[in-house]
Amino acid sequence: MADSARDRILGRIRAVTGSKDGENPGLRISQPPLLIRPRIPSELLPRFVEKLELGGGSISQVAEHAGIPAEIGRFLDAEKFPATLRAAPALRNISWGDGLEVSYGSSDGGDLVSVTPAFCAIAETGSLLLVSGEDSPTTLNFLPDVHIVIVESDQLLAHPEDAWAKLRELGQVPRTVNVITGPSKTADIEQTLQIGAHGPRKLHVILVHPE
Amino acid sequence: MQSQSHRFKQNVSVALEDVSLQKALSRVQEGFVDKRAAVVSTLPEFEQLREQGREIRNHVLDHLDFYLRRFENRVQALGGQVHWAENAEQARDIVRDICRRVEAKTVIKGKSMISEEIALNEALELDGLDVVESDLGEYILQLAQEPPSHIIAPAIHKTRAQISELFYNAHQKLGYTKKLDTVPDLVNEAREVLRSRYLEADVGITGANFLVAETGSNIIVTNEGNGDLSCTLPRVHIVTASIDKVVPTLDDASALLRLLARSATGQEITSYTTFSSGPKRAGDADGPDEYHVVLLDNGRTEMLAGAFRDMLRCIRCGACMNHCPVYGAIGGHSHRWGYPGPIGSVLTPNFLGLEEAGDLANACTLNGHCASVCPVKIPLPDLLREHRRRQFERKLQPLPARLALAAWAGIARRPWIYQPLMATGIGMLRLLSRGRGKFKSLPMLGAWTRTRDLPAPQSRTFQTLWKKQRGKR
Ligand code: SF4
Repeated sequence: MADSARDRILGRIRAVTGSKDGENPGLRISQPPLLIRPRIPSELLPRFVEKLELGGGSISQVAEHAGIPAEIGRFLDAEKFPATLRAAPALRNISWGDGLEVSYGSSDGGDLVSVTPAFCAIAETGSLLLVSGEDSPTTLNFLPDVHIVIVESDQLLAHPEDAWAKLRELGQVPRTVNVITGPSKTADIEQTLQIGAHGPRKLHVILVHPE
Repeated sequence: MQSQSHRFKQNVSVALEDVSLQKALSRVQEGFVDKRAAVVSTLPEFEQLREQGREIRNHVLDHLDFYLRRFENRVQALGGQVHWAENAEQARDIVRDICRRVEAKTVIKGKSMISEEIALNEALELDGLDVVESDLGEYILQLAQEPPSHIIAPAIHKTRAQISELFYNAHQKLGYTKKLDTVPDLVNEAREVLRSRYLEADVGITGANFLVAETGSNIIVTNEGNGDLSCTLPRVHIVTASIDKVVPTLDDASALLRLLARSATGQEITSYTTFSSGPKRAGDADGPDEYHVVLLDNGRTEMLAGAFRDMLRCIRCGACMNHCPVYGAIGGHSHRWGYPGPIGSVLTPNFLGLEEAGDLANACTLNGHCASVCPVKIPLPDLLREHRRRQFERKLQPLPARLALAAWAGIARRPWIYQPLMATGIGMLRLLSRGRGKFKSLPMLGAWTRTRDLPAPQSRTFQTLWKKQRGKR
């Protein structure tokens, strides 16, 4: 039954598109044409920061990986959140020190703060691109109140199209790709903007930027 | 949902007198129209992007079977399943069968217009399932038992006080006994209540803003993160999408996403753009065990073959509706069926028939705002005119309207009658309006002037002025 519905639908489409053969649509997939990309009038980093903040996110910079735990501690202290983290297993090699209590794995909704790595960041829109996997649970991106994302400065790309090129190198798309721009928000009640609808109330980026 | 499109006229009179609705509609201007204008003005490439968007969508329609088969092939390669539905009933049955097989009790839903189109919630509830809408606006409407009035902000017609009352009644049994009156408090309570519903849901159902043939992914965009949780937490993820949603590549999707957020909410991008491809992989820390895509035709292949093909380019941004003066006056509920505003006026007669939904096209003033903002350049007024032409042809308009139009056509085609008649008529109307510039009411036209003022003619007929003007040269 389902099969015949499939054949009938495709048959009806074919009856219309059949006359337009000639060009090979498969080419658009194997060699995607260059599409218009909005010009970015500044350097990538200032653009990324500007757009991230426009979307409601915040950012701080550290010069090396060793500086990450202290920076997270400072941020949580300033925001009055406890120094307890749920981290993506991909971040196991960071030595967190004594100030932070860190556990690893996906979230069941009981965590206030999560820390995850980014796959890359996109300057055009101030977005972070995160992918699911064994070491990077998607639940960490949505369930905690505060989401902290670690970005390496060489992960900063201009446009989403650059991110897709990088994603294609993986061979197969991961199950979930999240492009995240700012914290969760809603304007569903009287068009009034409210931060923290279902997802994180805060999105903070720590950029590792060797001088 | 039972369509009420045939009751359009009655619904309009109710809408025009609904004070809180009128207040809510005035927010569309600020919240959507002004914000869109601002964000578009900062992107010099916007007009080029619209043209490119039109081309991408046309290219897809020219090769729709190729891209759908390619999409299906990729989803299957990743371990997901694709189901094809010719109509609403088949689509409902596919989803019901999956829910039954996995012994689901609770279903959490991201926003999906296709779900509205096929009246999915009602069907699942009849099967005894607990169905929860997770988009805040949709959740509010579910409590109010009303259909959406706006495709981007479905509960735009609801006031804070009304929402407070709804929450108070629904959440008391969960231990929330205070009546809330601020927006942050209301949002927080909904967040808490819905959080537990996500975690206990067996099946998550979302729509798709796009389907990507290259990768076999479905894309959803949200600001709340609700749809994103709906496709991550439950053990089964079902995507309901229409066949026109497919795009060739990730690059094409990005090109269209640039148009979508700006046109829809006046944002450069929403908080979340989520790509889901198949079920979770071996070793993945989280994600669903099953991934299904239901591809719905429901009249679209017919549109592809006919005069309404351009409409299939639509990316459901809602800009046409936000810029529509008729929508601005009466809101979306007068349409009473899934798609409000100009898109609804074009689509609904295609899905339900002209007999049921023809009035929608007749409410249009053909002012053209909608087409001028449409990010994929759909000639909406032309399509609406086509509905009217067909109605006239099939004699579906009321007899007086048809007679009047026929008489008008008869006179207008005969200048020797038309010109003197207009000159006399206009002179008389000017005298009658006594310089006030408009008529609050007119004899025999009470039904028309009850909700409108008829502007009094400015001076003489165009022909008279034209002749005079030429005489001067
Ligand atoms: S018709 Fe155009 S403006 Fe209206 S919703 Fe569709 S894409 Fe947007």
